[in-house]
Amino acid sequence: MTAQSPLLTLDNLTVSLGNARPVAGISFSVAAGETFALLGESGCGKSMTALSILRLLPDVASIESGRVSLAGQELQTLPEAEMRRQRGREVAMIFQEPGACLNPVLTIGQQIGESLALHRKLKGAVAKAAAVELLQAVGIPDPERRWSDYPFQLSGGMKQRAMIAMALAGEPKLLIADEPTTALDVTIQAQVLDLLARLQRERGMAMVLISHDLGVVARMADRVGVMYAGQLVEVASRDRFFDAPAHPYAQMLFAALPEAQRRVGRLATIPGRVPPLDALFVGCRFADRCPKVMDVCRRQAPPWKTAGEGQQMRCHLDTPAQLHRTEIIVETAQEDASPAAHLPLLQVTDLQVHFPIRRGLLQRTLGHVKAVDGVSLSLAPGRTLAVVGESGCGKTTTAKALLHLIKPSAGQVQFRGTELTGLSAKALRQARAGMQMVFQDPYASLNPRMRVKDIIAEGMDALKLPGDRIRQIGELLQQVGLAPDMTERYPHEFSGGQRQRIAIARALAVSPQLLVCDEPTSALDVSVQAQILNLLKDLQAQRRLAYLFITHNIAVVDYLAHEVAVMYLGRIVEQGTADEILRDPRHPYTAALIAAVPSLVGEKSAGGAVIAGDMPSPANPPQGCHFHPRCPKADDTCRRRYPEAKSLSETRVVHCHWA
Amino acid sequence: MTPISLSPRRRAWQRFRRHRLGYWSLILFVGLFALSLCAELLCNDKPLVVRYQGQWYFPLVQTYPETVFGGDFPTPADYLDPFLRQRFAEPGNFALYPPNHYSFNTLNYFAPSPNPAPPSVENWLGTDDRGRDVLARLIYGFRLSVVFGLVLTVIGVVIGVITGALMGYFGGRFDLVSQRLIEIWSSMPELYLIIIFASIFDPSLWLLVVLLSAFGWMGLSDYVRAEFYRNRTLEYVRAARALGLGNRQIMGRHILPNSMTPVITFLPFRMSASILALTSLDFLGLGVPPTVPSLGELLAQGKGNLDAWWISLSTFAVLVITLLLLTFMGEALRDALDTRKADAP
Repeated sequence: MTAQSPLLTLDNLTVSLGNARPVAGISFSVAAGETFALLGESGCGKSMTALSILRLLPDVASIESGRVSLAGQELQTLPEAEMRRQRGREVAMIFQEPGACLNPVLTIGQQIGESLALHRKLKGAVAKAAAVELLQAVGIPDPERRWSDYPFQLSGGMKQRAMIAMALAGEPKLLIADEPTTALDVTIQAQVLDLLARLQRERGMAMVLISHDLGVVARMADRVGVMYAGQLVEVASRDRFFDAPAHPYAQMLFAALPEAQRRVGRLATIPGRVPPLDALFVGCRFADRCPKVMDVCRRQAPPWKTAGEGQQMRCHLDTPAQLHRTEIIVETAQEDASPAAHLPLLQVTDLQVHFPIRRGLLQRTLGHVKAVDGVSLSLAPGRTLAVVGESGCGKTTTAKALLHLIKPSAGQVQFRGTELTGLSAKALRQARAGMQMVFQDPYASLNPRMRVKDIIAEGMDALKLPGDRIRQIGELLQQVGLAPDMTERYPHEFSGGQRQRIAIARALAVSPQLLVCDEPTSALDVSVQAQILNLLKDLQAQRRLAYLFITHNIAVVDYLAHEVAVMYLGRIVEQGTADEILRDPRHPYTAALIAAVPSLVGEKSAGGAVIAGDMPSPANPPQGCHFHPRCPKADDTCRRRYPEAKSLSETRVVHCHWA
Repeated sequence: MTPISLSPRRRAWQRFRRHRLGYWSLILFVGLFALSLCAELLCNDKPLVVRYQGQWYFPLVQTYPETVFGGDFPTPADYLDPFLRQRFAEPGNFALYPPNHYSFNTLNYFAPSPNPAPPSVENWLGTDDRGRDVLARLIYGFRLSVVFGLVLTVIGVVIGVITGALMGYFGGRFDLVSQRLIEIWSSMPELYLIIIFASIFDPSLWLLVVLLSAFGWMGLSDYVRAEFYRNRTLEYVRAARALGLGNRQIMGRHILPNSMTPVITFLPFRMSASILALTSLDFLGLGVPPTVPSLGELLAQGKGNLDAWWISLSTFAVLVITLLLLTFMGEALRDALDTRKADAP
């Protein structure tokens, strides 16, 4: 950006937390109107850096040394009363979880008013007018009415907008956004990112954006700082960074991203994990995981070096690492080229799951939430079907209904030619062994009180499968890439990625032919996600597993799926092969989903929100085509009539009047 | 990562041990209870062993008539009788008495001072208004209170966990109906029921156990129900269902072990509540029959004989120490089972 004096300067900031140093000597500066992105995996100290700027560190942590200055003002030596005045007025912060950051018993207007009264001394009608103006500015429709709404009446995206309005109330010069869109759906994320970019342009605010998502960073940032284990390892301008990342860690982050061109290959993974921050570091913190590691890396902390114009890295290499694809990509997995030449393993016809809405003393049924409303799918052995859609569209409910973890209200589920609906509880338990599920949250999906061997053996024991358990468990652990001697351990001793491997081993133990994966990587870091995706691909090749893969991550779909079904409000709106759907989306909703994914290539702010608004409630879906209130193409026909299925090719079905 | 994997239970135990006050309270409490279990060897009016005219006698396990030791009557021997003690003191004979020569209901017919008598060499904590040794009654009373508390707690936990588990796991209509029944049951006036029953039946310990157990499980079942309600939706429970496990296995292996935190945390507090309940009922005269040694009955005596300070003061001390130890243990348990607390030493 311009060469004016920076607004925010961090100089060798170190934060200590017990023995650990989650932030170990961070220096960077942000100019007025500029967006600086802090990029890194979880546990790298990004949030701690942000909190230390505001001096909002948790009680056990404290700033050990270093300087934070904002517009010439030294923040770390200010008295607390003075600091309070800085917060909100000079620096504001928005957090990841919008639901947890709004007080549920105060209206949105009251919460914004609090900030207005404090920082701008506005009261009464003037304050209300200002608040409504702010709500308007953050794109909340009908701001007069929303002003008196409580947080529970707003959707997730609306809450995040309200949070932003609150942050803007003090007219801060600097906005710190800590993973502002991580909890949001991709279409809503696009809307919120658009909003942040616009507000920043209009108000000339500087922004520190914390994210683990390369796409979000590419979309928003002017400059990028990559954090690893409490230190910055690379600082570069946005264009330079996305053209040619210099530090090996940054390069490996890029390589770990699933993209279509790597469909036949394997994803690069970063071996090992982020080191614990209470370790005593002598050399480079990344040395243990770096493919370019040299002797000097282990002995000496690397100095800052200029890698290119406006690009600095902390590395012993003289020139940027130049990791080649060949170095990163280990081998090529064999692709099963023959498409649905088999009998389908799973055939779902017109599946419905309706939850009754009960009210009143007698619990009369007043209506139904149609979570799944007539879904038909078919899946052949060895193939992957991805079900995509925003949260609340019924993806997970569909999966649970397939396994009969929830009872379907209507429709048929045929698995290996057996009709599952109407089976007795005992027969169902036997049938279920053929289809297993891998869950989203690796921390919640393992019983914390059971040893690994018991977790894995449980399914085999329940089905009374024969065999030598100890040998079987060892083999399973090896297959999912864990050491067989880990059987005696408890789940809490494993990292998120390792836990997900254990969960996969547990599912594989009963030799299923179908694995239902419910967002299995969305709680994991990019490099770990790559490991799990590789593993799933290998297992599919080895065991001819069929996957029903539920996700909202289009990049993962592109990497893994053969076929794709797009769901909206409990119905499939478009279905076809991955190439058809992702390269040539015919339904406006599919097109919007794909366009909303922030892209790494091209200009900053490329792409953006295509559709406005939130998904309506499935209890009360719109008349006609469910998508019409958000659809740019909608006309009268769409408002009146739900579109029939249209076959565009042998494999492809679309529900749209315009297709 | 530590080389040896500790089970969550072991880690909780280690956290408990690091809580010094609670840990020592547990040791002291268990020690006191163990001592009180041997009360017969500590406070008894019968000698442990008698050697009389070349023969061994064990009055603790067998009842001998007085005639065996040279007395005049075929009634059971009174070993505190100066006549018998004199015979035992003869050369060749001896009797090994327990440290305290009085059991909880021994009446010393040969006492030198009127009752209640202040502490003396013979009665270390004095006697009550009927001439019974206060120390002996305290030790036996403590034992009875703790056993009573344990029994009541175990019964309450078993009933509470089972009902709570069923309600929380199955939910729906079963839960709705059971909850209403429990609400009706819990609105019964417990104390009046006990008074009424005490006037109909002969007061006995078992009647009290039954009556107090009938009401004591409801608070716990609410906690267990809430835990089951929460835990049954967790993903590892879903995974277990997907693996084909039955309801009983899922409840027993997956949900129950992860729902025990409130149960275990409340154990010491439930015990102290049970002990207090027994003491209060005895104090009011609604509890155990008067021959049974009980702390509540001693407190009532202390109130009746305010000048006999040794009764009320010593009983009060025993009660306070018991309840205090239980409270310390409860606090330590709560900390030990708090998963939010770090494992770091």
